[in-house]
Amino acid sequence: MKARHSEPMIPQPFRVAKVQKETFDTFTLQLKSSKGNGVSHFSPGQFNMLYVFGVGEVPISISGDPSNGTLIHTTRVVGNVTKAMGKLKVGDVIGVRGPFGTPWPVENAKGKDVVIVTGGIGLAPLRPALYYFLKHRDEYGKIVLLYGARSKEDILYRRELEQWRARFDLEVHVTVDRGTGNWRGNVGVVTMLIPKAPFDAHNAVSLVCGPEIMMRFTVLELLKRGIPESKIFLSLERNMKCGIGHCGHCQFGPHFTCKDGPVFPYDQIKDLLEKREI
Amino acid sequence: METLERILAEHPLFKGLDPKYLKIVVGCASNIRFEPEQVIYKEGDPAEKFFLIREGKIGLEINIPHRGSIAIQTVNSGDILGWSWLMPPYKWRFTARVYEPTRAIALDGACLRRKCEEDHALGYEFYRRFADIIVQRLQATRLQLLDVYGHHTERQK
Repeated sequence: MKARHSEPMIPQPFRVAKVQKETFDTFTLQLKSSKGNGVSHFSPGQFNMLYVFGVGEVPISISGDPSNGTLIHTTRVVGNVTKAMGKLKVGDVIGVRGPFGTPWPVENAKGKDVVIVTGGIGLAPLRPALYYFLKHRDEYGKIVLLYGARSKEDILYRRELEQWRARFDLEVHVTVDRGTGNWRGNVGVVTMLIPKAPFDAHNAVSLVCGPEIMMRFTVLELLKRGIPESKIFLSLERNMKCGIGHCGHCQFGPHFTCKDGPVFPYDQIKDLLEKREI
Repeated sequence: METLERILAEHPLFKGLDPKYLKIVVGCASNIRFEPEQVIYKEGDPAEKFFLIREGKIGLEINIPHRGSIAIQTVNSGDILGWSWLMPPYKWRFTARVYEPTRAIALDGACLRRKCEEDHALGYEFYRRFADIIVQRLQATRLQLLDVYGHHTERQK
C-alpha cells in the first residue's frame, strides 16, 4: 500500500467518531474524514501528523486494522498537544496529514516466525502489524508477542490481549515492571521473556517498538538468541515535524526518521543508536 | 523415566559439570511441589535451599510498609529460585510466593555449601555458574530501575 498524500503539508479535516480511554493517561481516537470517505489507506507501522487546531501538530502512529482502513490512533498524554487531544469529544474536528513513513516488513516476514517485542505504548504502532499477521495467519510460522508494561494498570488493549492469548496460533506473554495487588502474571522487564520464547531464531523476523533504551536491551537479547541483525526491525521516535523529509527536525545521522523510518532494520542504524550526540 | 540425574545434567546450570560433582549435586536434590499462594520462604528466613523450577510460576515479593507486598520479579519454568544460600549472611532477601502450581527440584544449599568449602574446584564451579545468573538479573534490575515506561522517556509517536 502506498501513502496517499497528494498535498502532504495540508491537513485534512477528520471528525472524532469514537473516544476510548485505555489507561489513566492513554486514549484511543477513531477518526472519520469530514469529506465523507471514512477510509484511510495505510501500511502497518506508518504514522499520521495529527493537528489539534490552535494548539499544534504531533506525529502519532496508526494503531488500527489496515484491512478495514478505519483511522485509529492511540495516544498518551505527554505534552500540550496530546493533552488537548485527550479532551476532544465525539464530533470534534482534527487535522490529519499522512500516512507517512516506512512500514513494518510484513510481506518479507512471510514463511518465517515473527517475534514482536514491545513495551508501554509501543504496542500501538505494532497492533496493525499484528492484525495483518492474524488475517494472513497461514502465511507465517510461529507468532510470538512479548509485551512489557509498567504495571497492570498500564497494560494497553487489555481485552484484546486476553483474546489474543486465548488463541492457539499466537503466543502471548505479558510482563509488568511492578507486580502490585493481585497481579499473578510475569514480573520483570520484557527482555527477560526473550531467552525462553518459542521461535526458530534462524528463520525469524523480529519487530521491536518501545522506549529506545528498552529496544537496545531487547536487540542484545535477540542477537544472543541468534536472530540476524538484518532481521530485527525497530521503530524509532524522533522529532517529526513535516513528515516528508524536508525540515530536518527528525534527522538521525544520515536518515530522516519521518521518511526513511520510523521502521529501520537494525543493521542500518546500529552504529547510530548508542551515539549520544545523535 | 526421567531421573533426577538426567534432569540435573541437562539443566543449563549444571550442563558440562564434572560427573563426580554432578553426583554430589544429585545427592542433595529432591523433587518438590508447591500449590498456588504457598509461601516457599519468607524475607529474613535462613536460606538453606535453592530450587530448579521445572514448571510453574513463583513471585519474589517484598513488603513495603503502608503499600503491602510488591512483586519485583517472577521466576518461571527453567529458572533458578534463590541464591542467598550461597552468600553470607545466608538469609532470604525476598519472600517467594507461588503464583501457579509448581514442580521443582529442591537442592540442599547448606549441604552444597559445605561441599564447596571442602572442594574449592566445586566451589568455583558453583560461583561461576551462579555469577552468570546474577549478572543477568542485575542487568534486568537496572533496566527495571530506569522505569523506561515512565513519562520522562515514553515514546509518543
